[in-house]
Amino acid sequence: MSVDILLEYLPLFVQGALVTIKISLAGIILSLLVGLVCSYVQYYRVPVLRQIAKGYIELSRNTPMLVQLFFIYFGLPKIGLSWSREVCAVAALVFLGGSYMAEAMRSGLEAVDVIQTESAISLGMNRFQVMRFVVFPQAMAVALPAIAANVVFLIKETSVVSAIALADLMYVAKDLIGNDYNTSEALFMLVVFYLLILLPVSLLASYAERRIRYAGYGA
Amino acid sequence: MQDTGLSILFRGINFLRLLQGLWVTLQISLISVGLSFIFGTLFGMLMTVKNRFVQAFCWLYLNFIRIMPQLVLLFLVYFGVTRQWQISLSAWSSAIIVFTLWGTAEMGDLVRGAIVSIPNHQYESAAALGMTKQQIFRFVILPQTVRRLIAPSINLITRMIKTTSLVEIIGMVEVLKTGQQIIDANRMQYPTGALWVYGAVFVLYFLVCWPISTLAGRLERKWR
Repeated sequence: MSVDILLEYLPLFVQGALVTIKISLAGIILSLLVGLVCSYVQYYRVPVLRQIAKGYIELSRNTPMLVQLFFIYFGLPKIGLSWSREVCAVAALVFLGGSYMAEAMRSGLEAVDVIQTESAISLGMNRFQVMRFVVFPQAMAVALPAIAANVVFLIKETSVVSAIALADLMYVAKDLIGNDYNTSEALFMLVVFYLLILLPVSLLASYAERRIRYAGYGA
Repeated sequence: MQDTGLSILFRGINFLRLLQGLWVTLQISLISVGLSFIFGTLFGMLMTVKNRFVQAFCWLYLNFIRIMPQLVLLFLVYFGVTRQWQISLSAWSSAIIVFTLWGTAEMGDLVRGAIVSIPNHQYESAAALGMTKQQIFRFVILPQTVRRLIAPSINLITRMIKTTSLVEIIGMVEVLKTGQQIIDANRMQYPTGALWVYGAVFVLYFLVCWPISTLAGRLERKWR
């Protein structure tokens, strides 16, 4: 392995890392929104929407992201829904992540005891207040470890967007291996950059989990 | 009547080819699942060994495998290992190696979790009844561990089947690649082929994974 080549590759991988981070951030934020909507719809048992949410969750959890991505990027333009690579990558990540986030949040909402809601209502709170001040904070505390695990999972899943020629870390490595045949250097940089992105996130996730466990004991 | 494009699936042996591709996908998944369950059980037991070096090794292995995207692992083996040691590995063997390494880590963690979750008084009570160490493991610990393991390990199977789709990227001809070939071969007659073929692949994956994960969910609720 040569240090010169590593240094030469550094700016390319930084570019790739920025693409990975951008796609991840957009995907994760929108996944949280989709997850929140789906879990609320199920929690409040909204008719019709609840069944749609359930169907979407089953569909999304039981198919690989690569297939979802190909369907969105290559399939949907045939019926006139043609988006850029970036939008397709984020859309696929949200399609996948939304259901994982929804499941995490739903289990959080369900973990809050009914007596909490009843007590809050008897104190004169309205439905919105009950959710905002009583149920939501407790539910999110329960759901946080699962949500954090999903964040790590989604960042890892962004690696498949290289398949539609979006220049993320994976694509940069694949490109360099194909062009220069400096396989060891390219793979070394790939691993280092993924570690740089994923290690802090996953450490933060386990830290959050520990904190929440302590909080639970105080109750 | 205008052709909707759906008929691309049933032209010639197209659908049969898709199913053959699906079979390749399932073969890789099932072989890796089988190997992962064997090695994962051993790895899980290894993780409960109270030795610093063993624990450090297990921790490092588990966390490295877990933190890297599976696609990166696939590249490390398919391009990296082959280059480094000048050996030739087919995409097929690379896939089996990677998914087994990954499955072993995930299964190992499930096994460790299940063993650790058996409370201490189970061991103590069994010992108080005069059971030997082997008897305790065979009649008290093992049955409870297996029961706790069934639902999460069935879930792991669906995760592994889904992850197998990545081998398309290192050039294996499985269900997704077959789909691509069908689309390319019929591009002139069926300009909308991509929609239907990728849609079909989508549905096929769903039909394979959905029953398995539904079963896992049901068992989980039943045995909680």
